Amino acid sequence: MAALTRAQEPFRFYTRLHISELTGLRATTIPQLLETLRDIPGACIYHHTHRFLQQHQYLSPEPPNDFAYWVSEVLGEDMLGEMLASVDTIQYATIRDLREKIISTIEAYLDSNPTAKLKFARQGEEFHFVKSISFVLPTEYAVYDLREFADILKKITVDSIYFHVFESRLRLERSANDFAFWIETSLGDKSLAKQLSRFDPYTLTLENLRNTIVAIVERRIGS
Amino acid sequence: MAKIEEYAPLVGQSVIDDLRLLAERLKGKVVQHINSTSVGGGVAEILNRMVPLLRELGVDTCWDLIKGGSQFFDVTKKFHNVLHGRPEEITQRDFDIFMETSLLNIEEVNTHGDIVFVHDPQPIALVRKKQENKWIWRCHIDVSEPHQKVWGFLMEFISQYHAAVFSSPSFSRRLPVRQFLVAPSIDPLSDKNRELPLEVIDKVLEKYGIVRDKPIITQISRFDRLKDPVGVIEAFLQVKKYIDCQLILAGGTATDDPEGAKVYEEVMEKAKKDTDIHILLLPQNDIEVNALQRASDVIMQKSLKEGFGLTVSEALWKAKPVVASNVGGIPLQVTHKYSGLLCHSIDGAAFAIKQLLNSPAYAKKLGENGREHVRNNFLLTRHLKDYMLLFLSLYHQEDLVYL
Repeated sequence: MAALTRAQEPFRFYTRLHISELTGLRATTIPQLLETLRDIPGACIYHHTHRFLQQHQYLSPEPPNDFAYWVSEVLGEDMLGEMLASVDTIQYATIRDLREKIISTIEAYLDSNPTAKLKFARQGEEFHFVKSISFVLPTEYAVYDLREFADILKKITVDSIYFHVFESRLRLERSANDFAFWIETSLGDKSLAKQLSRFDPYTLTLENLRNTIVAIVERRIGS
Repeated sequence: MAKIEEYAPLVGQSVIDDLRLLAERLKGKVVQHINSTSVGGGVAEILNRMVPLLRELGVDTCWDLIKGGSQFFDVTKKFHNVLHGRPEEITQRDFDIFMETSLLNIEEVNTHGDIVFVHDPQPIALVRKKQENKWIWRCHIDVSEPHQKVWGFLMEFISQYHAAVFSSPSFSRRLPVRQFLVAPSIDPLSDKNRELPLEVIDKVLEKYGIVRDKPIITQISRFDRLKDPVGVIEAFLQVKKYIDCQLILAGGTATDDPEGAKVYEEVMEKAKKDTDIHILLLPQNDIEVNALQRASDVIMQKSLKEGFGLTVSEALWKAKPVVASNVGGIPLQVTHKYSGLLCHSIDGAAFAIKQLLNSPAYAKKLGENGREHVRNNFLLTRHLKDYMLLFLSLYHQEDLVYL
């Protein structure tokens, strides 16, 4: 039975801890936001598209990315906010692609709504560019089969789940999330790997994401 | 003092395991904190909790103080006020007094740490002793609109550090050194934040002659103009026109704050006509602060400027609905209409309090959301993690670091 297959190579759980580095860069208008978006490090794009996910773990649905929040809540550009909030992050394999999508969304909006260029943030409500510095460390947990995998998933930090599902895929430019990749290549369970690649993790809180993955894996073990 | 494992039931064992993983990577480094006071104010409070925990995790940590007379602390208080944007005259004599004491401290303080972690402007000049070791300057002040002359004076020192640390992105500006965002934190197991039996709460209320026969609105903070205690009383008086309620204004003064007594007298004068206003001077009585917060129906933090405003996290951790000014680090703690209500004025504060007192279910939901937000982002364990990552960052320049 696939569920009891023992892998040659274990899955090693890593944890990812991050600290925010300030850039001192700020924007008060959408054109300034756009210009700065072109030049800032990828670590900034990553920070502002993933911060809410980590800080509001209890919220479902969690608030949108920082760019969407700022243009709608501070500048009152609700339509652009909605367009930026609905950028389907899971579709983009690299930070470069994600940056381009955000930039092209804003450019297209400004072309059709030129008066939006005139809006500016009040003092104290500017957009501040921050970047995420990530530290990746191996944990003591290594698993060889799905039972062990599910057991560790239940107790590992959300930071570890976050690293394997979001960061490794987007920031390290891997084709699938780490869990799906190991299950397909080391356990040979393509069907389960497909299930773990198919859902959109960006619409779940991190705890819900943990529970969803555990449920899928346990269902497989029981089948 | 709580041990690190005691935090596991609140944050999860895996969070504690991660802290141990990080601490291992700092083996062999000595971290030396330096500030100006061991009691009173947020910096001393955080260091009193953090230093023993870092040691327990295995990070060799010490804490030293600089010395200074009343003239020096009068000047640093002025610096503090003008950095917060309050107009005050700064003379060359002030800079001279600052440097005279700083030079004495440069001679006397042994900056032996591999990482020297300097808190706030008072000890900033010690960086002149920099050798091969790493130096961090931690700014706990809201410097979003600083006094240019004082900021310029401090910049000469800041630029010599390896890194600067701020509590909010809005305090950052282009600097010639790396700068990090580290929010402060509260200790959920301290006397100020731990769960309290009802009898303890009742006893404290009884001690101060407060009867729970009407809703209690509370602001806990030092008697400091920037906390706007007079504005709190004015907001309360507006609310009281419509809802029978009472106000508690309680706090102490820090040893490095010579202005506190003066502000306290002004507040007493403003409050003396109303028996529903309770002004309590509570020097370092954490259990009483905790009890007063837990007894409250709404907690305010109507600061004009705020380094961070940890009393907001304290209140949210107790699942209390909060009305707070949209300044400094407060918007990081309160998401408007989700984990509390933000305001920009006395009228706005009064309106928000009325909303909360008239809608208890909404107030309860805001408080519950606030508690979860604090659990994820503003507890001491997150702060320990950030500080250890900050120390490690001094030895790595990349955005993605494999340890």
